[in-house]
Amino acid sequence: MSTTVTPPKKVNRVGLEILNYKGAKTTLCAGCGHNSISERIIECFYELGVDPWRVGKFSGIGCSSKSPAYFLNMSHGFNSVHGRMPSVATGAVLANRNILGLGVTGDGDTASIGIGQFMHLVRRNLPMIYIIEDNGVYGLTKGQFSATADLGSKLKTGVINDLPPFDCCALALKWGATFVARSFSGDKRQLQTILKTAIAHDGLSVIDVVSPCVTFNDHDGSTKSYSYMKEHESMLHELDFVPFYEDIAVEIPEGEVRDVEMHDGSHLRIRKLHRDYDPTNRLAALAAIEEAEKQHEVLTGVLYVNTEKPNFLELLHLAEEPLATLPESKVRPPQAALDEIMEELR
Amino acid sequence: MSTLEVSPAETRFDEPRHTVINDFSIQIATVNGSGSQTANTVMMRSIFQMGIPVSDKNMFPSNIAGLPTCFTIRASARGYIARKKEIDLLVAMNPETAREDVMNLDRGAVVVYDEPLKLDALRSDLHFYPVPFDKLVVPACPEAKLRKLVRNMIYDGIVAWLLGIDMEEVRKALLKQFGKRKAKAAELNWGAAQAGHDYAAKTFTKSDPYRVERMHANTGKIIIEGNSACALGAMFAGVTVVTWYPITPSSSLVESLIGYLKRFRIDKETGRATYAVVQGEDELASIGMAIGAGWAGARSMTATAGPGISLMSEFVGLGYYAEVPTVIFDVERVGPSTGLPTRTMQGDILSTALLSHGDTKHPMLFPCSPEECFTLSIEAFDLAERFQTPVFVMTDLDLGMNNWMADPFVYPEQPIKRGKVLSAEDLEKLGGFARYKDVDGDGVGYRTLPATNHPAAAYFTRGSGHNERAQYSEREDDYIRNMERLAHKFETMRGAVPAPAVKYNDAAEIGFIAAGTSDYAVRESCDQLQQEYSIPASYLRLKAYPFTAELRRFIDRHERVYVVDQNRDAQLLALMRLEMDPEEIAKLRSIRYYGGLPLDARTITDEVVRQEGR
Repeated sequence: MSTTVTPPKKVNRVGLEILNYKGAKTTLCAGCGHNSISERIIECFYELGVDPWRVGKFSGIGCSSKSPAYFLNMSHGFNSVHGRMPSVATGAVLANRNILGLGVTGDGDTASIGIGQFMHLVRRNLPMIYIIEDNGVYGLTKGQFSATADLGSKLKTGVINDLPPFDCCALALKWGATFVARSFSGDKRQLQTILKTAIAHDGLSVIDVVSPCVTFNDHDGSTKSYSYMKEHESMLHELDFVPFYEDIAVEIPEGEVRDVEMHDGSHLRIRKLHRDYDPTNRLAALAAIEEAEKQHEVLTGVLYVNTEKPNFLELLHLAEEPLATLPESKVRPPQAALDEIMEELR
Repeated sequence: MSTLEVSPAETRFDEPRHTVINDFSIQIATVNGSGSQTANTVMMRSIFQMGIPVSDKNMFPSNIAGLPTCFTIRASARGYIARKKEIDLLVAMNPETAREDVMNLDRGAVVVYDEPLKLDALRSDLHFYPVPFDKLVVPACPEAKLRKLVRNMIYDGIVAWLLGIDMEEVRKALLKQFGKRKAKAAELNWGAAQAGHDYAAKTFTKSDPYRVERMHANTGKIIIEGNSACALGAMFAGVTVVTWYPITPSSSLVESLIGYLKRFRIDKETGRATYAVVQGEDELASIGMAIGAGWAGARSMTATAGPGISLMSEFVGLGYYAEVPTVIFDVERVGPSTGLPTRTMQGDILSTALLSHGDTKHPMLFPCSPEECFTLSIEAFDLAERFQTPVFVMTDLDLGMNNWMADPFVYPEQPIKRGKVLSAEDLEKLGGFARYKDVDGDGVGYRTLPATNHPAAAYFTRGSGHNERAQYSEREDDYIRNMERLAHKFETMRGAVPAPAVKYNDAAEIGFIAAGTSDYAVRESCDQLQQEYSIPASYLRLKAYPFTAELRRFIDRHERVYVVDQNRDAQLLALMRLEMDPEEIAKLRSIRYYGGLPLDARTITDEVVRQEGR
């Protein structure tokens, strides 16, 4: 008789398996960039050992907004209203500041119907992660242009876009987001590093991920296709993320690598490629985006990071405990308060 | 030296001398932005302090300065505080409207006016008291640039002399109005009031019959606007997240709340706020935040008016289907956005009851007084969390923005009720839960809050496409079951919302049904009908939708039932029709007023008499 020994299950630092970070089976098209992003979310939250119960998933309407059902099943999720997810997330995070907000939206949801709420979310610097799964078209309604579609890009039907795009990163940079990055759903390593940094960041992280729509926008003439990205992606730098619970063992060679310390003690390491790029310089970031647009390049990497600016909860001087669960003694003033007010009104 | 062209002693109009005590209405017609608010409030408060039941209505235009504005004060020994249609005493300060204002008066009315307007030339059947305001203000206010601000205070002194208002009460009211910090401004205004009083005493011989006499009807009472009363209700309900977008007439509700929260809801130990107030970028953001916060377990609210309600429509539907508690204050006004935003109306009853798309129905509460603004606001938060749905508190501009006498508010006896929320410990015992399963038979499922530390706590929230376990479903049977449970939940609410106030008159064939601020006019109309036409009437005042069983009983007991609506299309009546039997509907008659002013009793009485064929 021999006994089979099952190998110990692989778990992260909070004792959970990767299975605990998965979601329902995706109903999006095979090959959709959004599925890759869901995979990266699962990996990053698992690898960093984030308690899934602490995460609140938020989305609006669209293919991208369906995806929160496909990751982090152990997290509460709210699939809300087209273009208005920022307000729902804002309310939830105000109610309970322990919620780690993870918003997943699309280019239509953010840049068309939701441009107003997006801009005000940016302006408030609400601490949450805001991922734009950017494919330039409306998938669920069968392939109309969105407001991030590039000038001159072509639909499958042959229609040419004659309006300039909103660049969500440029908007986020200009109006107050404190972590701004662009990536590509096909770049596993870069997207992982950016996502992990966003998890460590204590302000609004806007991540614009070019995520091709294989059904409606992956053809010649599209500027959001896999092949277009292969030819036009321009990486700003190489990134590495060292979580707070790991020792920084390797010495950084002077001048080669920038190190940004995040709020929780994690480190973002930025290794320069072709140019020297300072991601704490907002103006330079805007200039780089502008320059890349002229060159028909899609600039990816961490465009901007600011760990100094206070977030919205700090501005409101909110109680440390979640407002949602404050006891009655903290939220209903005593009889004496009512008496005092009544006396004033006599 | 008097410069009058006609000596008041020679008033051309003479009528039988009698005295009318504590029963009159004053209308003060000024120009918007001329700083009349202080003078008007002080006049109202002076009468209040003399123990006489009094009410005021501010009828102002939608601009900051320059258009006609009109403030009415009604004193009534019998306690009638609805707007009175007839004006007994006019203070005519606005050259643009003075002529028309005078021409519209009933015979025997009193006119205090700015002397250069020469209004006494217009009619001979009124009591005229001309006042040279510009001359009187100079010695009263040496600083020329402040004169505009205190000029109106002069008419307080004049009217005080005419009616016999104790000047000491005027002084007290002034000090109350300005507070200790603005003692200098109070002094300046006091000087102007005295100047008016002295002038009147020296110059006029009283020819009109109106007088005040001290009463003791107001002992212990407070004066408050409905919006502030709602704000206090929200604070004592333990509101934690307040989101809003400024809109007349609801802005002062949140502004008042912000003031109170800053004073009473900063944690003494930490100095931190036990609340968040966010001015949203629009009403969509405000309701979105309120729903996000309610979902995450906060007591959340927003306040708005009709145009905002329209914008919130989609989110409110989501709140209904996703079953998220929040409280929405709707201070109703005339629509639409470019309508008459500073005029009152019960204009949103029908659209709010059914707001959004698909099948949606929402509970509404109808406070009629500051006391009810306080208690029903608290109740709204409890109902929202108990039934996990958006709850509307429906007031209107009349209640929200006018001063009302009220009894001091009573501290809530009941502890805050947070509804069916499962904690990590509950989940540990239960092993799991189904978010939309009707466990208790009341149609209300159990929910968990995000950031609950338990592996079984999470669920995914979306509109209606889900099964009992909150899993995505487009199955016909899942959808129907969910819709029926939601309908059942609404039925459960009938037994949980506040019951109407009912006053049966055993001799009555007819009954009134009304809600909110229609109350005052209806009550007065009941007396008018009895006294003037010997028509007895019963009266049911609704406090909530869904309608409770009392409503049908009331209709069944009467031959004809008059439903009073402050809108053109009989919205309250229409809402009742949706669920009444044909024989009940056949009994319903409609009385509608939609002129934008607070409802008065005479309008109702005349219409009942007409429809009764008397």
